[in-house]
Amino acid sequence: MNIQKALASLLRDRTPQIKNLFVNYCLPPLLALSGFFLLCGIVLQIRRQSPLEFYSIIFVSAFSSLDDFGYVLFNATPLIFTGLAVAIAYKSGLFNIGCEGQLYVGAFAAAWIGIHLNLPGFLLIPLCIGSAVIAGAAWGAIPGFLKARYGAHEVINTIMMNFVAFALMNYLVTSVYQEPGQMIPQTPQIYEAAQLPRLASLFPILPPSNPLNLSFLFACGCAICCYIFLTYTRWGYELRLLGNAPDVAAYGGINPQTVTIWVMALSGAVAGLAGVAEVLGYRYRFLDNFSSGWGFTGIAVALLGRNNPFGILVAAVLFGLLNKVALDIEILLEIRRGLFLAGQGVLIIWLVCMEGVSRRKN
Amino acid sequence: MIFELIPTTLRMATPLGFAALGGIYSERAGVINLALEGMMLIGAFGYVVGTQVSGSTWIGLLVGMSFGFLCALLHAVATITFRAEQIVTGIAINILALGITEFLVPTPEQVGGLPQWKFPFIGAYSFLVYLLPILVIVSHILLFKTPWGLRLCAAGESVEALATMSLSRTKWQYLGVLLSGVLAAVGGCFLASEVHYFTKGMTAGRGYLALAAVIFGNWRPLSGISACCLFGFATALELANRWEVPVQLLNSLPYILTMVVLAGFVGRSRPPASLGKIDG
Repeated sequence: MNIQKALASLLRDRTPQIKNLFVNYCLPPLLALSGFFLLCGIVLQIRRQSPLEFYSIIFVSAFSSLDDFGYVLFNATPLIFTGLAVAIAYKSGLFNIGCEGQLYVGAFAAAWIGIHLNLPGFLLIPLCIGSAVIAGAAWGAIPGFLKARYGAHEVINTIMMNFVAFALMNYLVTSVYQEPGQMIPQTPQIYEAAQLPRLASLFPILPPSNPLNLSFLFACGCAICCYIFLTYTRWGYELRLLGNAPDVAAYGGINPQTVTIWVMALSGAVAGLAGVAEVLGYRYRFLDNFSSGWGFTGIAVALLGRNNPFGILVAAVLFGLLNKVALDIEILLEIRRGLFLAGQGVLIIWLVCMEGVSRRKN
Repeated sequence: MIFELIPTTLRMATPLGFAALGGIYSERAGVINLALEGMMLIGAFGYVVGTQVSGSTWIGLLVGMSFGFLCALLHAVATITFRAEQIVTGIAINILALGITEFLVPTPEQVGGLPQWKFPFIGAYSFLVYLLPILVIVSHILLFKTPWGLRLCAAGESVEALATMSLSRTKWQYLGVLLSGVLAAVGGCFLASEVHYFTKGMTAGRGYLALAAVIFGNWRPLSGISACCLFGFATALELANRWEVPVQLLNSLPYILTMVVLAGFVGRSRPPASLGKIDG
């Protein structure tokens, strides 16, 4: 009886909160997603292909077996990192469009250490990760510094840094560190000690061919760390305050320049980890142009996840699912992957428009 | 030696120039336009499809321009009417354009180029190459010497000035963004008419390079086009590749230069005061 009462009061008190949470956090992404699938269905109907078949394939392709779901999570791994990277910067009012470049730089740094140092795994893996973090952070800190010191807009500079990174990586991998005797622009393989184990080898319920690896758990851990960092630490507070109320932050003695630099460095470091996941977890080498726009998809992931680390986890899995489905649909129904890419674009525009409208209402 | 590089420079600079001019109109009106890349791509796509369907390159150009217009309309409605984040919308449009053009990729059938005009000493180029400098000069006069242009600039510079004249900021911003879409699409049409095909993601970052040119040229048409020529020259050097310099260095030079200029190490690039500000 007592418990019932307490529960009832708890629910009663929380109702507006839950409603608020639902309206602000769950409703827009849900609406956007249903709109996305509806749009895909309409396009298929116009092209005289069966939308029903399409919808059923979506479920079959993603949930029919653990193996399939493993692929979904595998696709989600880099997106968790890039989504978090975008969100960290966004929380402090900065835009990091440079995740793509930062993840390449991070990936290369990790690969470089993995190729050159023959150490036992417990030393080599942290060294690889550390070097990727430093490289990504440096790539992110440059636009941060230019913004803090010279007022140069970080959006433009992160975009420019992307192209510089592409060129630099292309140079390194074709001229200096190319695998001997190979035409493919890739480095030699990293030492076995640096390779992250596949989850299939730890949990035999997954088939050994499944590429899902330890980096996924690492990504989940990173999301939790980001949540704790943003919510409970002094630095996280400074970061959020700068984003929400820059005047208050300045009045409270927070130096916006310093915060800008370290936020961009942190964001770059997290983006660099996405490169680690690819190099240490899957390819075991650096391949030129390996990312298929993960840095940019990270923006969509952060947006769909409402810049909340746990929301980003869910959003990244969703995008991982979309990528997996896109691949299967391309094979089974001969519908080009571009449809899903276009859908992603529409989804993002829809979400930012909703955000803009709600901002105007307030 | 340098003269050999001029034809390539012009061919590389022209698509950039159109897109950059578009970017100037949009950003002068206060709307950040990262969607130049997507607008160019959709323009190139429209040109190829329009030409394939109608058989006329003029219709192709028109279709390309209208596709660019539609893309810009989407950007304008989202950012101006719905007040969506301009940067995110721009990137979303790029993703959308990449997706749509991949989904509906046209048949790999060769299309004709746009009519070429031949002049003694200069050589034969697509008429767009000659049109661009005229457009740049017209834009310069229009933007800085006429009331029309000053109002457009006021939308990006000082919203109060517009308000005191009881003019609507929305209208001028729409105008700027729509113009930018059409111009960027013309750049894309030029690109497609030069290579005669449409390939997935064929703009390959040229929209962003055009944006760099806008910044490098301090948001002014004449300086912007000079930046495009400089970037085009860098590409021409890269393609000629007779030196020991790594091509990737030449490739990244425009981006590094833009960062240097934006930071104010050499000269100073100053954006319009209300650029990207949603409520002015």
